[in-house]
Amino acid sequence: MSEKKKWLPRWFYQLASPRWSYDIMGKLLPGFALVALISLVVGTIWALLYAPADYQQGNSFRIIYIHVPSAILAQSCYMLMAVAGAIGLIWKMKVADMVAKSCAPIGATMAILALATGAIWGKPTWGSWWVWDARLTSMLILLFLYLGVVALHSAIESEATAAQSAAVLALVGLVNIPIIKYSVDWWNTLHQPATFKLTERPAMAPEMWMPLLVMVIGFYCFFAVSLMMRTRNEILIRERRSSWVKELVGKQ
Amino acid sequence: MNPKRKQRLIIVLLIVFGVGAAVGLTMFALSQNINLFYSPTQIAAGEAPKNTRIRAGGMVVDGSVIRDQNSLNVTFEVTDYEEKVMVHYNGILPDLFREGQGIVAQGELDSNNVLQASEVLAKHDENYMPPEVADALEKSGNMPKPEGEVYNK
Repeated sequence: MSEKKKWLPRWFYQLASPRWSYDIMGKLLPGFALVALISLVVGTIWALLYAPADYQQGNSFRIIYIHVPSAILAQSCYMLMAVAGAIGLIWKMKVADMVAKSCAPIGATMAILALATGAIWGKPTWGSWWVWDARLTSMLILLFLYLGVVALHSAIESEATAAQSAAVLALVGLVNIPIIKYSVDWWNTLHQPATFKLTERPAMAPEMWMPLLVMVIGFYCFFAVSLMMRTRNEILIRERRSSWVKELVGKQ
Repeated sequence: MNPKRKQRLIIVLLIVFGVGAAVGLTMFALSQNINLFYSPTQIAAGEAPKNTRIRAGGMVVDGSVIRDQNSLNVTFEVTDYEEKVMVHYNGILPDLFREGQGIVAQGELDSNNVLQASEVLAKHDENYMPPEVADALEKSGNMPKPEGEVYNK
């Protein structure tokens, strides 16, 4: 038995225990919350007051500091949801199902935020709220995928069945992520190419992308905080009949 | 890994890669329909249908913008540095519209291959920069210019 376990780290198996996950998330929460608060406050002030305006777009370009982090996060969150769903399917790990379920509403919110800020940015710069180009359309599909996952969870009463079907939907929709990312490279679009690339320095000036990076970090930490809070709630609800939850509730 | 988990892992991988292949092939087959606009090269080659609504995209050619003094009529050329297409438009142009700027115009091609546009949208790139930097780059002639490929995928 012990030999078989070696190829995955110990914490992976510990995550299978709702109680262990609940405790570890409780310990991680304050740190992430603090980093999220600091970087969001610093990033917002830096972005709005100290970052320079764009030579073409002037101040309206500053919406990038919300638009880009929320769009990046909407995609990262989807990948996490699909991976957690796959782990739930393969290893039948309840906590993974709970993480996947908790990802969906947060990801949907981020996708809505990215689409809304994009539209608000598009009107003054492009001249249109919405264009059916490949980037915008694939992002809208991402939102619908999130809403589908949320709908499946609330439509199916059995938690195990709901988690399974939502995980399959999430895995099927995973193909959309590379499409969103590369849509601006593969096809003629109105949307400009990516602001942040993994392999190159950003095309924009450092005094513009540094606050953006701070905002991205802040969004990720905020995501971690809200995901852990949702997952902890989910654990308590589903484990409400177990003795440790009763004990925990009894204490308060 | 026990056999049951292995089997489920294989099913999960099959779903992901199966859907990926199917969607990939579909997208490849439809790629011309997914493109938001025709490039001037495609229009010059006669790939764009006439007398139906299409979009054309490209950079506004320097010195090609002719505004009518008494109306909102404006004509200009767009290019992908290979071919040029003349665009005629009657309306208010977006703030970002200027020579050397990328635009996407929607309208119908007439018999002279002039796009009679009903809507002109401005396209911008990811090279955001402060005005001072833009001035300095402009003076030294190092302003990044989008390549023709950007309009010809």
